[in-house]
Amino acid sequence: MTQQHKHIISMLVEDEPGVMTRISGLFARRGFNIDTITVGKTQTPKVSKIVITVKGDDRTVEQIEKQVNKLVDVFKTIEMKDDESVTRELCLVKVSLSNEKAKTDIMHYAQVYKAPIVDITPKSAIIQLVGKPQKNDAFLELMKPYGIKDISRTGTTAIQRGGNGEK
Amino acid sequence: MKGSEAIVKTLIGSGVHTTFGFPGGAVIPLFDEFLRFEGKIKNILVRHEQGAAHAADGYARASGKPGICIATSGPGATNLVTGIMTAYMDSSPIIAFGGQVSMSLIGNDAFQEADMMGITLPITKHSFQIKKANDVVPTILKAFRISAEGRPGPVYIDLPKDCQVGEVTKEAPKKVDIPSFKPVYRGNINQIKKAADMILAAERPVVIAGGGTIIANAAKEVTVLMDTFMIPTATTIMGKGIIPEDHPLAIGQVGMHGRKAANYAVINADLVMAVGCRFSDRITGNTSSYAEKAKVIHIDIDAAEIGKNIEVDVPIVGDSKSVLSDLIVVMNEKLKKKTETEWSKRMKELNQLCRCNMDSKKEPIEPKKLLFELNRILKTDDIVVTGVGQHQMFATHFIDRMKPRTFITSGGAGTMGFGLPAAMGAKVAVPDTNVFDIDGDGSFLMNIQELATLKEENIKVIPVVFNNSYLGMVRQWLEIYYSKRYSQVKLGRHSDFVKIAEAFGLGGIRVEKPAKIQDALKESIRSKETMVLDVYVEPESNILPMLPPGGHLKEAFGGCMNAKGVFF
Repeated sequence: MTQQHKHIISMLVEDEPGVMTRISGLFARRGFNIDTITVGKTQTPKVSKIVITVKGDDRTVEQIEKQVNKLVDVFKTIEMKDDESVTRELCLVKVSLSNEKAKTDIMHYAQVYKAPIVDITPKSAIIQLVGKPQKNDAFLELMKPYGIKDISRTGTTAIQRGGNGEK
Repeated sequence: MKGSEAIVKTLIGSGVHTTFGFPGGAVIPLFDEFLRFEGKIKNILVRHEQGAAHAADGYARASGKPGICIATSGPGATNLVTGIMTAYMDSSPIIAFGGQVSMSLIGNDAFQEADMMGITLPITKHSFQIKKANDVVPTILKAFRISAEGRPGPVYIDLPKDCQVGEVTKEAPKKVDIPSFKPVYRGNINQIKKAADMILAAERPVVIAGGGTIIANAAKEVTVLMDTFMIPTATTIMGKGIIPEDHPLAIGQVGMHGRKAANYAVINADLVMAVGCRFSDRITGNTSSYAEKAKVIHIDIDAAEIGKNIEVDVPIVGDSKSVLSDLIVVMNEKLKKKTETEWSKRMKELNQLCRCNMDSKKEPIEPKKLLFELNRILKTDDIVVTGVGQHQMFATHFIDRMKPRTFITSGGAGTMGFGLPAAMGAKVAVPDTNVFDIDGDGSFLMNIQELATLKEENIKVIPVVFNNSYLGMVRQWLEIYYSKRYSQVKLGRHSDFVKIAEAFGLGGIRVEKPAKIQDALKESIRSKETMVLDVYVEPESNILPMLPPGGHLKEAFGGCMNAKGVFF
């Protein structure tokens, strides 16, 4: 069996109700697992962009791209290769502030990660991370010993580097 | 103009003269318009919405044009689902209209409300919910394009009642643009040149022609490859009829119940060129050992089919007809006519060995004998539609068809009950042709209510029922793989299809003796009305050869005795 990798697929779609259902329905029916999915408007009216991350071997991902491309509402799909694109994820994490040392440590780590603290109470702080998912993972790992109370992640979005537009 | 009038006018403007449908609360405004447009368009009142969907499908497959079916909201529309899925699996262009409760009621669990957009999502090429009367015309125009262009398929249109009674205030467009829908027809010429070189260099080439060749009307091109370039040509069930099956190099059907010659060719070929075929599990058996000695060229209009099941050496995305005609031009530049090779000679020989004697005087009637008699009487243009089951595989195996669109069967879906309504739809599409429904007693009974439609609408088809009081295909599996533990396959006493036909005001003939088959067929063909032939056949016949599911093609067993020992 070929190797399973994480792939990021970006799709330009018609901004119609039901498009997300069609895409997620297609993934479910064909047995593809969605890791994350994000969606938003683009510079073109009535065109939205959906970015999906999936795990699979190259053949599976090729099949996903082809199947998605067949959907009438989809204009274009592009696989976002790591070295040719910028990928980011927003993550909000709520951490316990159990004692003074924890508080100092956490604020220090947040500073190193250039992650603002967006809310704070005597018992907890919410830290906002924006970065590659791997970087966010690493920060969350650091927070574990202090007690993570809640996490909200947007999932990965991505854009091609340089002159490679998608229009 | 009301939305409903706009719908009917758009249908008429798109060349529709017949629809298949069944009324209900949510489509009353729509059907009301049919009275006003009498003479220009007609709805055939089926007796079950499933019948409407299959009839539209039969119409589409016989004519190549989209077939239209209409049902009311809720249960009416859900009854279309099996038919929509059947059309989807075999890439048949139908447009299914389902009524819907008014927009203001959607989501309220209103009477006869069902989420048809959700239900049909995975079994349609595309679907639309009309949200206002002004959207009616552009949506229908889009549906016609989407269902028929590229790889055809069903389109579902959800039609809320208020959009039917609402006023259309905008001028209707003549044509619609669908920016995200641009099917590719021409194949990449470099790929085609590569394919041409490979074919000409191959010692043991074989072509597999699938349903895509029929959809693309590529009969001429496939036949040239076989005839001029001496390439043995096999078909899938969906490709049956693309080449004249009496040609010595037409080596028959591949796959689970394939002719041994065809499977032999695939196993031993050094080049397999599949055209408009999707390498389904019923064609390949075990994919990892499939055509292991061969390089594979795969031509399909749907890029997603290429590389899905089988790894391919030369992929060509495009319409079968366009790609093959380009291919033939390239091949002609290099070689005018190929002469007989050892391989083509060998394949002709093996093919001949597989064509066994079908005549038999045995009683009860052997299924192959019934098809033997049918073959004698079938004209080239006659259309054969089938149900699903053992009789279907007997028919694909033993009936010869010479032209595309003369063999219509539910291949991918395997939908029992397809035969009778699909035959009705085919007859409406091609009224001057004899349309046979080769059916099994189990399958026939599943949509038997359409006999009433045939009677009332005076549509004449020729149902030939293989009556063996068994669900024959499952019985065969139980005999072979479950040491004859016949669970849930015995239908008990023979259903009396003659009496059933009579109850619907039609005629029927019981046939129990081999000698009587020909007369009965002739009588049913002569009859002005549909006349059901209820033929008692040997209950425990098996359709062979047969490949164990997932097995290597060479594991296919049984079949014509003449071929024993020669093959594997």
